[in-house]
Amino acid sequence: MIGETAVGPKAPAARGRGLHPWAGFLLRRLAGLAVALAALVVVTFLMMQLIPGDPARALAGDTATGAQVEQLRHELGLDRPLTEQFTSYATGLLHGDLGQSFQTREPVAQVIGSRLPFTAELALLAIVLVLLLAVPLGMAVAIATRGGRRGRLDAAFTFVTGLVGATPEYVLGTLLVLVFAITLGVLPAAGAASVTALILPVAAIALPATCVLARIVRRETAGVLEQDYMRTARGRRLPPLRLYARHALPNLLTGTLTMGGLTLAGLLGGTVIVESVFNWPGLGSRVVQAILNRDYPVIQGTVLVLGVLATLLNMLVDLLLGLLDPRTLNGRNAP
Amino acid sequence: MTLAVENVTVVFGHGRRAATVLDDVTLAVPKGTTVGLVGESGSGKSTLAKAMVGLVRPRAGRVLLDGTEISGLRGKRLTAVRRRVQMISQDPYSSLDPRMTVGRALAEAADPRRADVRAHAAAITRGLEAVGLDGDAARRHPHQFSGGQRQRIAIARALVAEPEVIVADEITSALDCSVQAEVLNLLADLRARLDLTMLFISHDLAVVRHVSDAVAVMHHGRLVEHGDRDRIYRAPADPYTRRLLASAPSLPKEAS
Amino acid sequence: MIRWSKGLAAGTAGLVLIVLLGIVAPWIWGDDATRLTGAAREGASAAQWLGTDALGRDVLARTLVATRLTLLMTAAATAVAGVLGVLLGTAVWVAGRRVREAGLRLIDVMVSYPAVILALVVAAILGAGRVAAVIGIGIAWTPAFARLTANLAASVAGRDFVATARLLGVPPHKLLTRHLLPNIAEPLLVLLSVAFAGTLTALSGLSFIGLGVQPPSYDWGALLNTGLEALYTNPAEALGPAVAITLTGVLAGFIGDGLAAGLDPRGAAAVRAARRRTKTAKPTPPPADALLVVDDLRVSLPDGTDLVAGVSFHVRPGEIVGVVGESGSGKSLTAMAVAQLLPDGLDVQAATLRLDDLDLLADAEPRRLATEIGVVYQDPSASFNPALRLGGQLTEVLRRHRGVGKAEARKRATDALDSVRVTRPAARLRQHPHELSGGMRQRAMIASALLTGPRLLVADEPTTALDVTVQAEVLALLREINERDGTAMLFISHDIGVIGTLCHRVLVMYGGRIVEELTAADLSAGRARHPYTRALLAATPRLDAADGEPLATIPGRPPAPDARPAGCPFAGRCTEELPDCATTPPPVAVFGADHRAACHALTTAASRGGDR
Repeated sequence: MIGETAVGPKAPAARGRGLHPWAGFLLRRLAGLAVALAALVVVTFLMMQLIPGDPARALAGDTATGAQVEQLRHELGLDRPLTEQFTSYATGLLHGDLGQSFQTREPVAQVIGSRLPFTAELALLAIVLVLLLAVPLGMAVAIATRGGRRGRLDAAFTFVTGLVGATPEYVLGTLLVLVFAITLGVLPAAGAASVTALILPVAAIALPATCVLARIVRRETAGVLEQDYMRTARGRRLPPLRLYARHALPNLLTGTLTMGGLTLAGLLGGTVIVESVFNWPGLGSRVVQAILNRDYPVIQGTVLVLGVLATLLNMLVDLLLGLLDPRTLNGRNAP
Repeated sequence: MTLAVENVTVVFGHGRRAATVLDDVTLAVPKGTTVGLVGESGSGKSTLAKAMVGLVRPRAGRVLLDGTEISGLRGKRLTAVRRRVQMISQDPYSSLDPRMTVGRALAEAADPRRADVRAHAAAITRGLEAVGLDGDAARRHPHQFSGGQRQRIAIARALVAEPEVIVADEITSALDCSVQAEVLNLLADLRARLDLTMLFISHDLAVVRHVSDAVAVMHHGRLVEHGDRDRIYRAPADPYTRRLLASAPSLPKEAS
Repeated sequence: MIRWSKGLAAGTAGLVLIVLLGIVAPWIWGDDATRLTGAAREGASAAQWLGTDALGRDVLARTLVATRLTLLMTAAATAVAGVLGVLLGTAVWVAGRRVREAGLRLIDVMVSYPAVILALVVAAILGAGRVAAVIGIGIAWTPAFARLTANLAASVAGRDFVATARLLGVPPHKLLTRHLLPNIAEPLLVLLSVAFAGTLTALSGLSFIGLGVQPPSYDWGALLNTGLEALYTNPAEALGPAVAITLTGVLAGFIGDGLAAGLDPRGAAAVRAARRRTKTAKPTPPPADALLVVDDLRVSLPDGTDLVAGVSFHVRPGEIVGVVGESGSGKSLTAMAVAQLLPDGLDVQAATLRLDDLDLLADAEPRRLATEIGVVYQDPSASFNPALRLGGQLTEVLRRHRGVGKAEARKRATDALDSVRVTRPAARLRQHPHELSGGMRQRAMIASALLTGPRLLVADEPTTALDVTVQAEVLALLREINERDGTAMLFISHDIGVIGTLCHRVLVMYGGRIVEELTAADLSAGRARHPYTRALLAATPRLDAADGEPLATIPGRPPAPDARPAGCPFAGRCTEELPDCATTPPPVAVFGADHRAACHALTTAASRGGDR
């Protein structure tokens, strides 16, 4: 599996007591990162080996002769021992060589290089938008409805976030195209030709995730507001903004990131699919094509890159957690 | 001599993070007596209790039941020995399975494999009556009882298992004063009637005095003093014991 | 066990209908779905409500028929995830400690990879198709179940009843089936409904991009794909499957929400809040020298139940007044009402509630509240903000409300920490609360409360969470502050020994009322009069008690706030009960300037001239 990686073992060096907490924390995270990346490489390599039957036969197609299959097997190096294949795959990766597309004979690195910026653009914009919208929205609703106040707002929030949060990105994307591109004609329906073309895909990816995260933020905020230290802070009679921004926010972000970090990584998945709605020239639409054509080097490369992105996102969440709550420095997600 | 620990040392963690929680502790709970174990948080008293019932494995030293070493046992033999020492724990809200009727919890104590309520109906009723509860209580769930009643049920469960020794870990510290009095009286009554052998753990010196024949004082993982109850309260030898006694707020006189 | 909320009922009913539809649709509309009408991409009409597709087939019929395959695949993927996940989670939990830790970390990371990536890998290996999609999505959701199972199992296994069951000799497999699984079933059910919605979305997504169900078979995702191509000619073709996917997902979400709300204790406790502070009539004149005056204070729930039922007392300058009582007596609510820090949803009424010239019933100025009332809370480990350094927390009031500069505020905080004998005071300001011991934290809390030189210190069970030796030190410290600075204190405790040691005057609370008020000297000398006070004293174990004597007990339990007798709250448990006690509020018997008790028996005895 993709995450075999994740044994995330403590680096032995980090165990010493004398180390600064951040040093130990970073060492552990970097070790975890290294293991995760190594495992990604292994998994993508094994993907090829796990194809049922004979990959060369599958690739060559039904009409190929035995000699053609043998030829292909030799070209792909599939006749060499497993370890040797892995060594050459890993060495290739180290040199930035991801292999060659079966279909177009382009280097995979080049394919990904031309496609990745489009996917990254969508995903990053969506992540920023989700964070900017969900945290204030969830907090505001939690504060407004604390102690059972404003039951109608509560019900409306629950209903709307439930509805939009359960709408898949590609369905929302389709509906957005229908309304804004076809009916109203104000935004482009597809392609990546202009900046306005970004609006609909980013909205389709970000809105459901915003709703999911806003619910998490709201629940975490409600929990934080009930804590004793919030009563202590109320006892200092601070202005509301300071009370919530300084005393509640760091604590609710801890819980939010622990739970919501998954939502952020999940945005990558959403992006891959939404690209199909908008004919977006990113990795997602390319990898679908590759899978349908059994273009394994492209699949391998794409999965590797997406995996690395997810790993980096998770690492970023961990670092943020460490910044927000010093208690998490000592172990993983301390309660 | 029923339950004893000899030179028991317990260490949590490894390498540089290792923490010695129990340091060379030797203590015996003779048959038919109650030994009170006093200490503050982090003194290691709960760890000692866990070591005695086999929930924590000592790094060094021996745990003996009737002269037989039980600290090294595993598997079936450990299970067999464990039943002879029963533990009652502090939190009345965590000591009973919320999904199980009180009767079933007691039936489990009588027969851990089948937990058949009907087969053990008599034992269940006897157990409940011993702690001053109605036999009807068997049909109800724990959430229908108050904290004090839950601790009674926990005591009844320990009694139904017919152990040779009971280890009671802070069983009254979560209770209100008047409820605590009821549970303490119940323990005193059971000691008199059933000839209980008990290790009674508490941070409260006055509570320990009320139920114990002998008292042991722990501090930072060590047993600093151990002896006859009246001697310890009258003439404490160790400086820490003296400090503990001096720290206890003096109670107002009982109104005449 | 399950509470049927509206959302849960609606979700369940809706999903049942959709499942029924999925069963019957292929039999009823199967022919319509495949019949070629020859009218390609026609808009909605009376005959074809959603129009026709590129081959002229009825879109509505196709959408309905696709329900069965979609639901079957979703159910299969959810089942794969649930079964594999629970097995994996249980295995991880049953394994030894090291395997468990490694396993949990492994699962943690697997959870954090998007399901779609994994589905791509499986699709690449097995080739695009429904089997690959179901397996891929099923495996992708497995870690979520494994993690929940392992975490829940660990938390249930950590509870005392599991340890007890092990001691009783319950075999491991019985432990699992009898104690663990029943106690983790409900959260797993919640995840099951969440996973159902998630796998539906993901499977339809795979079909939508062409990696799931392959023609001529079709599910909602595949229909949406063809609908997308027809968006300009017949938008309804996309709307049908879009609505179907979303509706089913939303219904599953409702079920998950409903189940989760039933499990969440917070949801059940939600009350309608209307925070009122009202003045009641008939103020009685307080002593002229009183600093804090509380007259006829009532704290009640929105439904009108009084938790504190008419409490009157005062605190003089320099005086330590103790409030003692058992849980539910209303002592902490009284203290928090004085400090204006009651939880949301409680109403406060009083004839008078004032600190010198500061009216606490009006909206008092925040600056004065913050600087004139210092508060020390029960649990020092929970009362400091864990995410902020102590320096910022300690200096906040000085800087906000007194306009003191940062350097000066830190200097004063250092001095304050020093004066309550916190070691290394300057360094503490740079530390986080968790780096201090419990005793040090409570000292820091006291220092924080005293920084502004408040006129009243409200201390709510400040030593309850502390060890007895630390408690003695903190009590000595409070006494010293009182003697040195003349700070008045309202000190709450359940421990009558602590109250007697520290306070000048004592209020005994029971059932939301003050039943007796007396000086600490009277209390210590055994001159308490009220039957409840006497019973409380007799029930407390003593270091100097006679041997073998049972403790006195109080029969029965305190009445719930909404079931208190109309008369004396102690009626029904009292040993000296008279016929009037349960029905008539007890009159106050006065035994001296600072000694009063509300009791029928005492006034009756006094009127008979008998002083017991």
